[in-house]
Amino acid sequence: MTGTWQRLLDDRRAAWGLYAVLAVILLVLPFAADAFLGRAWVRIIDVALLFVLLGLGLNIVVGYAGLLDLGYIAFFAVGAYSYTLLASPQFGLHWSFLVLLPLGAFVAAVFGVLLGAPTLRLRGDYLAIVTLGFGEIIRICLINLNRPVNITNGPQGITLIDPLSIGGFALNKTYTLAGVTFAPVHSYYFVFLACAAVAIFISLRLEDSRIGRAWIAIREDELAAGATGINTRNVKLLAFAMGASFGGVAGGLFASFQGFISPESFSLLDSIMVLCMVVLGGMGNVGGVVLGAVLLTALPEALRYAAPLQKEWLGEVYVDPSDLRMLLFGLALVLMMLLRPAGLWPSRVRRRELVEAAAEAPETTDVAR
Amino acid sequence: MDIFLQQIVNGLVLGSIYALVALGYTMVYGILGLINFAHGDICMVGALTALTVASVLSAMGVPAPLALIAAVLAAILVCVVLGVSIERVAYRPLRRAPRLAPLITAIGVSILLQYSAALVWGKQYLSMPEMVKPTDISFGGAHLTDLQAFIFFLACAVMAGLLWFIKSSRMGRAMRATEQNPEVAGLMGVDVNRVIAFTFLLGSAIGAVAGVMVVLYYGIGHYFMGFMLGLKAFTAAVLGGIGNVAGAVLGGLLLGVIESLAAGYIGDLTGGVLGSNYRDVFAFLVLILVLVLRPSGIMGQASSDRA
Repeated sequence: MTGTWQRLLDDRRAAWGLYAVLAVILLVLPFAADAFLGRAWVRIIDVALLFVLLGLGLNIVVGYAGLLDLGYIAFFAVGAYSYTLLASPQFGLHWSFLVLLPLGAFVAAVFGVLLGAPTLRLRGDYLAIVTLGFGEIIRICLINLNRPVNITNGPQGITLIDPLSIGGFALNKTYTLAGVTFAPVHSYYFVFLACAAVAIFISLRLEDSRIGRAWIAIREDELAAGATGINTRNVKLLAFAMGASFGGVAGGLFASFQGFISPESFSLLDSIMVLCMVVLGGMGNVGGVVLGAVLLTALPEALRYAAPLQKEWLGEVYVDPSDLRMLLFGLALVLMMLLRPAGLWPSRVRRRELVEAAAEAPETTDVAR
Repeated sequence: MDIFLQQIVNGLVLGSIYALVALGYTMVYGILGLINFAHGDICMVGALTALTVASVLSAMGVPAPLALIAAVLAAILVCVVLGVSIERVAYRPLRRAPRLAPLITAIGVSILLQYSAALVWGKQYLSMPEMVKPTDISFGGAHLTDLQAFIFFLACAVMAGLLWFIKSSRMGRAMRATEQNPEVAGLMGVDVNRVIAFTFLLGSAIGAVAGVMVVLYYGIGHYFMGFMLGLKAFTAAVLGGIGNVAGAVLGGLLLGVIESLAAGYIGDLTGGVLGSNYRDVFAFLVLILVLVLRPSGIMGQASSDRA
């Protein structure tokens, strides 16, 4: 199947056609979802786009540079809180998002370097546990930084965060433009879509750039990469900073979209969820990560529909719907991974590696990799 | 001084529980290079099984020691079956897959176990009937019960037994061989699949005992209790040097003591600015510091793994 797609994309005219169709679909998607599935689904699509941003950011760290990060959500939190503190009644500051989003990216990148610098020598799972600890440290600090000086308002979180607005044109109001009604969820959809498109573009360009190839070289063999003249320290720090900055922007967008944030939104489970999106979609492949993010955001929501089916088929609700949802979600994670170990849409390099490994040693039980 | 001693004692008991759970992580990691994310939840299932069996038996009037033994055996049985089946279904097919694939199935299994437990036991806190009345055996100004002392010595005994087993028994030798090189071990006639299944069996059994100790000590169980327990135990295993049995116990005890001391002293040290709720921050900071100085943990060997 992927072969056919590749041929289509290689043919220039067919590729433009495909992109045009995709663009039209993306333009009408929120309105179609609104009309057929209800407004809740437009919101879910918005959230999915935020997760695309997060997934692409984590993909730089895990997928390209091969640094397993289990605390990625901390950068999302840093972005969200740096937006919130400067655009909410908490300190009475109301800066423009045009300043705050780049600032969020910058602050998150600084935190990325803060995490990266002491962990440069760590490898594999040792790095994983340190990043996990870092994520927990950030979360616990957010919960407790309401005393002695109230900065984050503790576990209650902060409300009334400013929406994205420019010159009195705020995205939390409904507008009608040429007969089309733009509810807040629709307006945010287009903002998020634009951000996701930029993130995809940056990721794709990075992949083929000098830096991107340096990351992949480090992933494959750090020692060899260093020997070929790559400054592994700087390049690794750059991976942390770049990945974190994506998370920071997503955090700012999230805060403005929700209007409310609390430390609860940034738990370890959220880090794990983003990692699942990256691995399940196909590590190191932009298309795969986008697919994984959209799928794993939509899946738990779609599983809500399983609850009425239970009543229909069995006559009674035996299992609490939200529990059933999580059960099926866990099962889906296991099954999808068993069926497609390299992810749903693996990168070309990885696919080739797998095929070669299978051809070389069909009978051995290689546990080491 | 009394408070100091007391915090050390509390920390050692807490650390013993972490150590027991950490053994399961470290054994599986040593042999498969896999973070078995579901291990904490296996302990949770063991804990809740023991809790149920103990409650039912004591309600029937069975004497407490007998009920307790039955509860421990039931917990071990359930956990062993669970652990070995999880390995068979979720990890074995992925042995040759990219490194992170089994990590995701492990996360999936962890979610499955948590919500299956929520179905079976509900989401409320369950209380353990009082099986043993802890007697006070305080010394030198520190309060200590016989149960606490038992948990500490149990962890040490399990570690010693495990070290002896891995060093001296035939299966232990097979485990070491598989750890070093599974392919060559297979060529030498070691049934690698059996060895790995056995590793899971052993780890799950120890995890079950750890789970029982948690409900005995704290008196309550909950479907989500495995998450934090597993997280701390995994941290302990890494702190000690993952893959190393003695390191796991050392890491567990160390983490327990650090947490306990942090909880007792952070407030005083910072003049009341930071409270004991920064305990975990302190624990993780120490972890980061240790790993920066010794990137492979306290007792671990240098590894060259990458994600």
